[in-house]
Amino acid sequence: MIQDRKSRKGAVAGVVFALAVLLLVVVLENLSTFLGTGAVPSVLLPTSQLFQVLKKAAVYSLVAVSMNLLNGFTGLFSLGQAGFMLLGAYTYAILTVPVSAKDTVYYLYGGSAVNFSLPDLFGGLDTPTGLILGVVLAILLGGCVAAFFAFLIGLPVLRLKSDYLAIATLGFAEIIRAVFQWQALGPVTNGANMITQIPSFNNFNLTDANGTVILRLSTFFPFLIAILCIAVIVMLINSSYGRAFKAIREDEIAAEAMGINLAKHKMLSFCISSFFAGVGGALFAMFVNNAQAKVYTSTMTYEILLIVVIGGIGSISGSCLATFLYVACSEWWLRFLDNTQAFSSPTDMSRILFIVLFAAAVVGVSAMLIRRRRKTGDAFWKELIVWIVGLLLMVWWVWFIISGSLTIPFARNGFRMVVFSIIIMIVVLFFRRGMMGDKEFTDLLFRRKKTSEEVAK
Amino acid sequence: MLKIDELKVSYGGIEAVKGITFEVPDGKIVTLIGANGAGKSTTLRTIAGLVKPAHGRIHLQGDDITALSPDRIVSKGITLVPEGRHVFPDLTVLENLKIGAYLRKDSLEDDLNWVYELFPRLKERSWQAAGTLSGGEQQMLAVGRALMSRPKIIMMDEPSLGLAPIVVKGIFDIIREINHQGVTVLLIEQNANMALRIADVGYVLETGRITLTGSGRELLNNENVKKAYLGT
Repeated sequence: MIQDRKSRKGAVAGVVFALAVLLLVVVLENLSTFLGTGAVPSVLLPTSQLFQVLKKAAVYSLVAVSMNLLNGFTGLFSLGQAGFMLLGAYTYAILTVPVSAKDTVYYLYGGSAVNFSLPDLFGGLDTPTGLILGVVLAILLGGCVAAFFAFLIGLPVLRLKSDYLAIATLGFAEIIRAVFQWQALGPVTNGANMITQIPSFNNFNLTDANGTVILRLSTFFPFLIAILCIAVIVMLINSSYGRAFKAIREDEIAAEAMGINLAKHKMLSFCISSFFAGVGGALFAMFVNNAQAKVYTSTMTYEILLIVVIGGIGSISGSCLATFLYVACSEWWLRFLDNTQAFSSPTDMSRILFIVLFAAAVVGVSAMLIRRRRKTGDAFWKELIVWIVGLLLMVWWVWFIISGSLTIPFARNGFRMVVFSIIIMIVVLFFRRGMMGDKEFTDLLFRRKKTSEEVAK
Repeated sequence: MLKIDELKVSYGGIEAVKGITFEVPDGKIVTLIGANGAGKSTTLRTIAGLVKPAHGRIHLQGDDITALSPDRIVSKGITLVPEGRHVFPDLTVLENLKIGAYLRKDSLEDDLNWVYELFPRLKERSWQAAGTLSGGEQQMLAVGRALMSRPKIIMMDEPSLGLAPIVVKGIFDIIREINHQGVTVLLIEQNANMALRIADVGYVLETGRITLTGSGRELLNNENVKKAYLGT
């Protein structure tokens, strides 16, 4: 494989890219701190949607990559990701609620059965060691708990294949969600109530004695953890274990005949994937600042699955890229679809950007259809439909520029999800291999470089 | 030496192998021939540990390997080239070969060179996805992949399946070459003619039982075998 031949180059490119992303995040986040809030565009203010999107996407990309490890690289179709995230989130929350806050948080149950808090053990949330050690340890333990449960349910469930495995894992996730809302477990899980007052990303902002922020690290922190975890997964995939996982995906009979222990390797992949889903769940709890069982529904799993499919099953970079696009669209760029009155200003950059992207997508799809028609000689009507839709969109856009405001037909609460469903249908109909197929960005990078060298010769 | 004793294998209620006993002496080519459904593949799959026998024992160099898992059996030195090739289609030729050596922790360099020497074609296509190879090349890859585990005994399930006669001849030349280099070969074939020509020992399997035993040459000249399997 290309990774084999170019593993060194690929690794260097990956590390450089990761460092660049981290640096970019710190700079973006702190422009407003350094230059003053008046000097930066509103999108760079700490309250901007941008940082919410970046934080959530960092968390989701880790979960998406963990799901890709299982579904894309080992070929085990599992839908339990939200369940493992829940385990991670609750473990994190239970272990980090400050002792002083336990009575308020668990007021229905007269305090918590867990009478310690990891950050407090290391000196409290106000000290750097207490914060970093306590939080990181709780996140890791969240992963471990998820991995342990994965091991337990993996024993019976991993004998199943494809759809059956998906159903079993989905069922497990639903059971976990119900159990964590059970009143009898209240002193630990706070029943159906959420566990609040846990340390969040904002605790990582550096403040001076007055409480003014000197350096913002609240977006940097989830990026750092996600990148470290994804790096571990990438290393695993490129190791001999990763090769064994891929062998199982490709052909179980041959893999077994070559001496790969199917049960052991499937279990390994399942537990590792769940570990990182648990870590992702803990980060998600930090992101939303609470742990609440009813959030981790199967819808969440489907969101992640959608990301994995759009990004390309079997591509880590595809998963990451798709996560950022998906989260940005769902949380930010497509929000306007949920309002009946949209587009109040023609200069609103994000909307214009969106329409440009949409137009580009239409042109792209039709270009692809033309190419396909040349090959197969049919599907003229498909091309026609795309062109008509594209044309209507253009007319609509021009009308929007002229009139200055426009109401989108159908736009109302929930329409965003309809658009999403249409997008996923387009993906599975026309781009079954997703954005990246099973290629990584390093593959594209180096191939392009090679062709340009050849051209130079 | 591999010894199979009174082996019985059932799938559900159907007994596919009904108590067979045979030996595979070191350094020889042994072939099992028989019609479809005679139990040849089942026998190989049972030796490889992929199927558990209902009765009987399998001994390798005196060790009982009957109850071992497939990966233990591979590490004991028995590798199966499964029927229908079963290469990993989306992985490259090199990756396929590396997976063949999965259980080994030592350096693969020598063995890679050995396999590439046996199959120069694989070296040329080292970076190509295995699924893009031709049928003959895929069979070479399947054999090469099995050799990467440094087996004492290589078991081949119908290596000639679906290949052109000239390609089949190439495969059989390779089998003989591998055998010359000290690897014991247990071969099962529908193509009885080719298999018996290169075999030191042959067994004829009929509906789960061994009905005839002899050297390859003897069986080639046997009237019953001629009638039933050679079509002359």
